[in-house]
Amino acid sequence: MKFKTIEELVTLAETSNKKISEIMIENEVEVQERTREDIYEQMRNSLNVMKEAIEKGLTEEVKSRSGLSGGDGKRLANYLEKGKILSGETILEAVSKAVATSEVNASMGTIVATPTAGSVGILPGAIFATAKKLNSSEEDMIDALFTAGAIGIVIANNAFISGAAGGCQAEVGSATAMAAAAVVEMAGGTPRESAHALAIALKNMLGLTCDPVAGLVEVPCVKRNAMGAANAMVAADMALAGIISVIPADEVIETMYQIGCALPMPLKETSLGGLAITPTAKKLEQQIFGCAINPIIQDIK
Amino acid sequence: MKYNSVFDIIGPVMIGPSSSHTAGAARIGRAARSIFGRQPKKAIITLYGSFAKTYKGHGTDIALIGGLLGFDTFDNRIVDSIVIAKDLGFDVQFVISEEEAEHPNTARVNIKDENGALEIVGISIGGGKAEIVEINGFKLKISGLSPSLIVLHEDRFGVIASVSNVLSKFEINIAYMEVARKEKGSLALMVLETDQPIDWHVIEEIEGLNYVKRVALLKTS
Repeated sequence: MKFKTIEELVTLAETSNKKISEIMIENEVEVQERTREDIYEQMRNSLNVMKEAIEKGLTEEVKSRSGLSGGDGKRLANYLEKGKILSGETILEAVSKAVATSEVNASMGTIVATPTAGSVGILPGAIFATAKKLNSSEEDMIDALFTAGAIGIVIANNAFISGAAGGCQAEVGSATAMAAAAVVEMAGGTPRESAHALAIALKNMLGLTCDPVAGLVEVPCVKRNAMGAANAMVAADMALAGIISVIPADEVIETMYQIGCALPMPLKETSLGGLAITPTAKKLEQQIFGCAINPIIQDIK
Repeated sequence: MKYNSVFDIIGPVMIGPSSSHTAGAARIGRAARSIFGRQPKKAIITLYGSFAKTYKGHGTDIALIGGLLGFDTFDNRIVDSIVIAKDLGFDVQFVISEEEAEHPNTARVNIKDENGALEIVGISIGGGKAEIVEINGFKLKISGLSPSLIVLHEDRFGVIASVSNVLSKFEINIAYMEVARKEKGSLALMVLETDQPIDWHVIEEIEGLNYVKRVALLKTS
């Protein structure tokens, strides 16, 4: 690997006058001993899978096996069409596509884990909404996926990307940071601005717990994907406006790691704490599985 | 560095909803079929830990059957795998175990047909990555993601050397290797993870070696 930290990645891009995506592609060619074309086509295929998932989730009545999620992507698409939006069209485009993707995932549809299936909606939501707004080319979108991947690799190697390891801040948080940096590049921002965007985005995800109802990637995961996409878009706009993150990206990632280690086990994808043990969650768990999945809650400290 | 490819982060392409409970489960099933070398007629699958508790909501059962039918993580036939299995006359039973397993996402897959049987234990370690930890009672550790060659052979001197000679001839580097046997002189197992892809020429040549009983290739992604 040519870079271990965000600072190394940004410096590499700045000194060679290249985009972060280009650094990632060159690194992949070198480390994996594959051709540029081969790598690029694999990423194009991933982009197409994302596109199909979004379309499915926005137009079809998808429903998960448990019945806990489905239909909200379509609901948002209908709402967007009416045109009376409080938050903003591009934000809601990102949110609706994130929800659509997340629901398709919950209904056993085909998706690209970015970085995981639980945080699957954020990156495609942000990238496709940005592309619509900026009229971006397919190549711009593929490049954005490489940029997101570069950020994700740094986070994964210095902290974690799964809810079981570090809470939702590690999973949805990482995806949000990746998406923020990616759309900054799509909008013509500098590598440095991408770094500020990811730092701003991740700072606002710190401490988020992983507490899925009945252990399923649905409640509250789908809606956390929605808010992750919104967070990424706002963080990107802030960085593009020239706002800097006082705490540098690498220190924010390290903080996410420290908080993840300090988070108690019931809040790390065990369904033993947080929203997963609310009365409603326990009732739903009973309905879906016919029994409680974690019957002995009081023994866990 | 735990992660060194962009596709570790942007990927895998998979059927939802869970990289560990669905994609990882499909990879365990697919690994079992790959070692068996053909479509089994019957399967008894025992689920432990989190797999046992949440398999219904995550489609872990569907994914395991899909994997046993040879479907990859992104193959949407996984969704219909129960029906496809029934049409093929492939009989699958699930056993939900209360026993504690070492890893929370563990499946024991027992498959057979009129010509033989195989039992593997697989674990899903997160992000769609799976490991096979046991084959026919032999404990081992392979990722199932880089090309893995599995060689069942008689426990005789020189077999390991002759297999590695074949790999060297085809300019294939061994990244990781493990050997196991039940007792001296009995049936032994060799597992090799390689840096380069292995094609059928290599397998054919290893199959032709003295004392080699069976060769299987665990396919990469």
